[in-house]
Amino acid sequence: MTSVEQASTGEATYTSDEMMTVSAARALRDGMTCFVGIGLPSAAANLARATHAPSLVLIYESGTLGAKPGRLPLSIGDGMLAETADAVVSVPEIFNYWLQPGRIDVGFLGAAQIDRFGNINTTVVGGDYHHPKVRLPGAGGAPEIAASCREVIVVIRQSHRSFVERADFITSVGYGSGPGDRERLGLTGAGPQKIITDLGVLEPDPETLEFTMTGFYPGVSAAAAKERTGWDLAIAADPEIIAAPTPGELSALRAFRGK
Amino acid sequence: MAEIVSLAEAVERAIADGDTVAMEGFTHLIPFAAGHEVIRQRRRDLTLIRMTPDLIYDQLIGAGCARKLVFSWGGNPGVGSLHRFRDAVEHGWPVPLEIEEHSHAGMANRYVAGASGLPFAVLRGYNGTGLETLSGAPGTTPTIKPISCPFTGEKLTAVSALRPDVAVIHAQRADRSGNVQLWGITGVQKEAVLASRRSVITVEEIVDELDPRPGAVVLPGWMVTFVAQAPNGAHPSYALGYSIRDNDYYIAWDAIARDRDSFTRWLDEQVYGVTAGQ
Repeated sequence: MTSVEQASTGEATYTSDEMMTVSAARALRDGMTCFVGIGLPSAAANLARATHAPSLVLIYESGTLGAKPGRLPLSIGDGMLAETADAVVSVPEIFNYWLQPGRIDVGFLGAAQIDRFGNINTTVVGGDYHHPKVRLPGAGGAPEIAASCREVIVVIRQSHRSFVERADFITSVGYGSGPGDRERLGLTGAGPQKIITDLGVLEPDPETLEFTMTGFYPGVSAAAAKERTGWDLAIAADPEIIAAPTPGELSALRAFRGK
Repeated sequence: MAEIVSLAEAVERAIADGDTVAMEGFTHLIPFAAGHEVIRQRRRDLTLIRMTPDLIYDQLIGAGCARKLVFSWGGNPGVGSLHRFRDAVEHGWPVPLEIEEHSHAGMANRYVAGASGLPFAVLRGYNGTGLETLSGAPGTTPTIKPISCPFTGEKLTAVSALRPDVAVIHAQRADRSGNVQLWGITGVQKEAVLASRRSVITVEEIVDELDPRPGAVVLPGWMVTFVAQAPNGAHPSYALGYSIRDNDYYIAWDAIARDRDSFTRWLDEQVYGVTAGQ
């Protein structure tokens, strides 16, 4: 984590990235099955399992079902994921038998860009596809995770560069161009239910499916969120003020990172 | 029947300029020693296939071995970009690199089709993505197409089979008949070998007898082309039971690969300056 922004709640001092990771962890309920992307989502999913959701089932695209890592894995194929898993299956099997039929509750994804309908870009930024300004890693498992998990949660830092009116490339589909698109495309999961950022939480408007700011972390203003969003961001009428990390959450997160 | 030979001989005999080569291993068991031998033998114009190009293809691309890359996720896991891959795509250095891009599910199914001797595989995927739109753009061969289920009419996606000339993988062990055994995260290696015309398999050790291991994949020697012993041949990836992933190396690679000069120095010292098996 590179954020140097600090916030203080009297009892604990924490970074905005720590707040984001804690907030993302709280979105996972105990006993859920969770297909985990690498990076921010992996940190949050592991924090959830170490705190309020000990029976959370972590599934990585390397084919590890029910991995129980004791420290934060750097990659989705670290040895301890296989050694602690309930089952290790091949890569064709993880996608065809486990993800595709809709067996997995929640897909937990990161992104480089996201648009107002929760469509994700992890492919190219700027220029055109064949001459991009920035070449990103690409799709990985995300398109089918976004399509087939029962729901999706996205974890991403909020900025003008990442929260864009229109994604430069649609790698993974959220709600496409609005209501009806997921059904038309035959995407079986319900799509992104939350975007969790370093400022707060966005959820889709029930009618328009446009992502709306529904929660803020302590000390974050609506104006700051609008300032760091590339579309005309709507704010919920009565947004939630999300509780700061508890000392327990912070120490669990830091213990994980320190190992 | 598999021939047990040196790594240099296996690469020399199995891989020619212009071949389509799949070096697989999903984070685990990545065949780095074989990749370095391909660089040392200065193969050119290869079409490289791999789900996660990882450092191994960053190195082959930076060394100028590749004309085209077929892939689904091109990053340094948990660290960031593959700088040699990006330099080739963004600036054509050291040579231009054509790319053909998929999702993991699409690539996995393309290998399954190849292994099954079928022309394509079917999955629920790609719908609404830019990847679907890109496939078959002017000057490219389409590899993703919509297809209707002949029984229900459901709209699904077909992906064309992968049929590499050569699959290159690393495994824990082989016996003296060339039967190969690998376990832990087994990825897509079985499908890659079965989809390919030839195979080069490096192993940690060659043993008299392969005692059973839980969850192991066994590739019978009669469908393997070459086996070569290459202890620690997956480093900085790992071989479960033999080594652990060298995460520090993955982190250090970022600075080495970021700059063309430091990469070229690394290539001279760590690849051209050494002999396979040493």
